[in-house]
This record gives sequence, structure tokens and C-alpha cells, in this order.
Amino acid sequence: MENKSRKLEDKRMSAKEAVSRFVNSGDFVAFGGFGHVRVSMSIVYELIRQGKSGLTMAGKTAVHDIDLLVASGCVDKVEVAYSFGHELRGLSNASRRAVETGRCKVVSEISNAGYQWRFLAGMMGIPFIPSRTLSGTDTFKRSSAKTVRCPFTKKPLTLIPSCNPDVGLVHVHRCDKYGNAQIDGNLIEDFEISRCSRRLIVTTEKIIPNRKIRLEPWRTTVPFYLVDAVVIVPYGAHPCQMPLKYFFDEEHISEWLELSKSDDGVREYLEKYVHSVDSFDQYLKLVGGRRKMKRLERIEEKVGRD
Amino acid sequence: MMAKRKKGYAQVELMASIAARMLEDGRSVFVGTGLPVIATILAQKTHAPNLLIMYEAGGIGPQTPIIPISVGESRTFYRGVAASSMHDVMSATQAGFVDYGFLGAAQIDMFGNINTTVIGDYEKPKVRLPGSGGANDVGSLCHKTIIIMKQDEKRFVKKLDFMTTPGYLTGPGEREKLGLPEDTGPYRVITQLGVYGFDSETKRMALISVHPGVDVEEIRNNCGFELIMPERVRVSEVPTDRELKILRRIDPKGIVLGK
Repeated sequence: MENKSRKLEDKRMSAKEAVSRFVNSGDFVAFGGFGHVRVSMSIVYELIRQGKSGLTMAGKTAVHDIDLLVASGCVDKVEVAYSFGHELRGLSNASRRAVETGRCKVVSEISNAGYQWRFLAGMMGIPFIPSRTLSGTDTFKRSSAKTVRCPFTKKPLTLIPSCNPDVGLVHVHRCDKYGNAQIDGNLIEDFEISRCSRRLIVTTEKIIPNRKIRLEPWRTTVPFYLVDAVVIVPYGAHPCQMPLKYFFDEEHISEWLELSKSDDGVREYLEKYVHSVDSFDQYLKLVGGRRKMKRLERIEEKVGRD
Repeated sequence: MMAKRKKGYAQVELMASIAARMLEDGRSVFVGTGLPVIATILAQKTHAPNLLIMYEAGGIGPQTPIIPISVGESRTFYRGVAASSMHDVMSATQAGFVDYGFLGAAQIDMFGNINTTVIGDYEKPKVRLPGSGGANDVGSLCHKTIIIMKQDEKRFVKKLDFMTTPGYLTGPGEREKLGLPEDTGPYRVITQLGVYGFDSETKRMALISVHPGVDVEEIRNNCGFELIMPERVRVSEVPTDRELKILRRIDPKGIVLGK
């Protein structure tokens, strides 16, 4: 944190530039959102396109994001709270296969609360945080947590070490060119991840003027001084959900889940949707363009009334 | 799971309705993905309109007509009282605010410990499952955890391949000894065959009721450890027509109920 810039600077850049400047092979990366909800998919594709490798990923409810990053070989180590699954859609074929064949290594296990508290300790600048979860299980044994006797109650207490990822990748509804960002809906772990990450790339659906931020400063989840890059990417979470904006593209997710049953299928998918396109705009055209996006927006508008 | 409708309802529908009835009105519940979500919405739409529903990604008190695909998606805070964060919900749970926790499982043992991490050897897994997610937190911190899962010999096991989430660990007093909060732990297990609780002294799993058409023999044949048997075996109550109608509206595409 001490090295972060305090200056209000225009941080807008392309996904290509942000990834090449701020993500190095071998980094520990943490995505905001919830695996297939408000994830920075444009950055996922860019990491694959640039052939970043040896990444370790925070599996803090990682779903579609991690499936692609493990399948493509960018990520080969994971600390798992929830990974290799697609919630109601079942298990993830590609990343699961990578773990079962040893291509991807699970370096440790933890729970969702545990992970999120690792980030909390990281943003607080403290080495660990006490907690009452994990005790007595194999999850605990395979985690980086320790048990001590609480100096106050004299009872056993779990200590969870802090976590400061090399890079945090957060997708937001809107922000200004300096990186002051607003998120609509649930924050999940983004408040903590954006504060504990050594470098932070914010991708945004929309750019707004700084004066709009200043009119409602209480809406700022990520203030500019945490941010290293601002990347404007409308529909940048596709095919995942952007709460209150557009719904999951189930058609596209099924195409991936079907193709990823085999390594050939994974290659076919990556060739078609990642390597043969230069930008997220081109990708969007390929997956159905404006018409498809409008349809996903209409579905999301009806969510709750469906 | 078992889509057969022998008696006008599928087994998953029976499981969902039994689970729903366990949730008392005016209480709070932490809901995991899948069948627990359906059961919780059913409870809210029938006897428990003031059930406070909490999702780990920050959705609090939603009034959602149909099942969310993800426990992080926007339906989890539709007409809710708050769309907050995981830190908020997990902290409330750790502080003792959450009455019921609701989980699925791949394996369970006689003390209600569960596995959702790996089948087979950890280093060379036969099947790598998603891991704890919020399950360890729910099992560690909620007052009464309800587990809904499929039952057979490979799932009701003597020894778990991996203990993801604590039940009563190795027996009475173990949770407290290791620092887990008091008055927490597994409460019920609901399968396609019956409903189980935990003996207050030994903390071992005990049969409470069998579903219609199931006998004790079938229960035993589908369980890899010794169950405590009641003197008189009750039969589970079947879902009402109204419950079935609501259930099918909650999951109109049969994402969970169709399995």
C-alpha cells in the first residue's frame, strides 16, 4: 500500500495494456465477484491470449473464471474454498480434469469465510485474523490456518493468515477515469479484495465523470488510490451475470461445458473465442452481438419477477 | 437425483417439503446452493413468511419467486432488506445470529461430519469436488445444520475420504473442546429414504422416520455405519398438493427437481 500512488491520474487503458503491465507470470491473482457473477471475463480472456502462466489463483468461489484459466494452462495452482464446480450446473469438466490428472495443483484448502477473512486481514495490514470456523476438520489441516489458545478466554482459537494477492481483478458497474468505482447489488468480497491487492485492475461497464462520484461519495466501493488500471469493457462479465444489468448467457456457458468435456474441445473453444479475436468487442460480436446482449439485459430486468 | 413420480411426487420434492417444514417462522437460515434453496423458498411461501433468508454473497431477506442459479446472483437479494457482503453475512453467522444452516453433501459419517472436497485419495483424487465453499462455516457456526443428500452405502460411510465440514467430529464434547461455538452442529439429515437426527448423548446419527414405501431394511442396506434405531419407526409426511404446486413454480425448468 505504501507504494501506491496518491495522485488523481487518468488510469484508463486497454485490457491488453493493463494485463501486460500489471500481471506477471507466476503471480497470485484474485478475482472479485462470485465465480460466475460479476467476474472480469475480459481480463480472463486477455490473460489467456497473452499466455500468462504459472499463476496461482484464489479459489474463493471461483466458477467460470477459474475453469477457463485452469483449462487454458494459465493457472496451475489454486487455494480452494470453492472451485471446479458450476453451482447448479454441476461440476466443471476441464478444471476438475486438470486436478485429477495432476496438471493443476491444489496448494491448500479453506472455507469461503476463511478466505474472505484472509483478505480482510490483508487490507487491515495485520498478519492474521482470529476466527471460530475450520477447527477439527481436514479442511483445517490442509489450510494455512493455525490453532492457538486465546489469551483472553483461554479457549482454542483458529488464526487465519492474511492474504495480499499480487493482483486483484474487479469488475464494476461504473467508475471515473481515476478509478473511483461503484458496484450495484451485493459486494461479495470486492470491498476487501480491492483493498488488500498489491495491484488492482478495475474493469467497468461504463465510465462516469468524477463530479458524479463526488455527488454521491457514499456509493464508492473502490476509491481511486487503490486502482492501477481502469479498463472500459461494456458487457465485460459475459457470459456471466452482471447483477441488475444482464443475465447469464446460459447458451454460451453450456457450449463451454459441453466442449470442455475433452481437451480437444477446450482447444476448439479457446481458438474460436479467445485466440482468433483481438478484443472483447470482437468476442461479443462472435457470441451474438448487440441483439444477444439486449436479450440478456431483458432477462435480467425480469429477474425476480420471472 | 430420482425423478420417478411413484405417488404423484418425486423423491426430491418429498425431501424439499420435509426440509421446508423444519424451518420455523421468525428464524434465520443460511442457505447453500441447490435443494436447500428450493426448500427455503417453499418454507417462506407456506408456513414461514417471516423466515430471514441469508446468502453468503450478501443477499439478505429476499423474496425470490424462483430458484437462483447461483447463491451470489441477483435473485438472492431481490426484494431483500440488504445486498451486503460475505464479510457481513459470515460475521453475523459467527456471532451466533443464524439459527439454521442448510447444506448438501457427497459423503456423511455417523457424527454428521461431511465431505464435499474429494472422493478417493486427496493427492490423487478419483473425483475432485468443489471443496468447502461456505459449508465449513455453516457447519461450524450455525445453531442447527440441516443436510440434504442422496443416501447409499458410498455416501453414508464409516470413514469419510475427507472431512470438509464438522459435524460432531469424533463425538460428544469434541466441537467445544476444539473451540467451535457452543450450541451449534448438525440437526437433521434428509435423504431419499428417510430423516435422521442425532442422539443427544452419543451425538450419533439416529433414524427418525422412513419415507412411504421404505422399510428399515432398505435404510440399513444403504448405510455404511450403525444407525441408532428408534423403538417405533415413524413414516415421513408426504408433500401436500399445495406444496407440490409451489415447488414446481419455484423451479419451473426442473433444474434441481428434475434431477
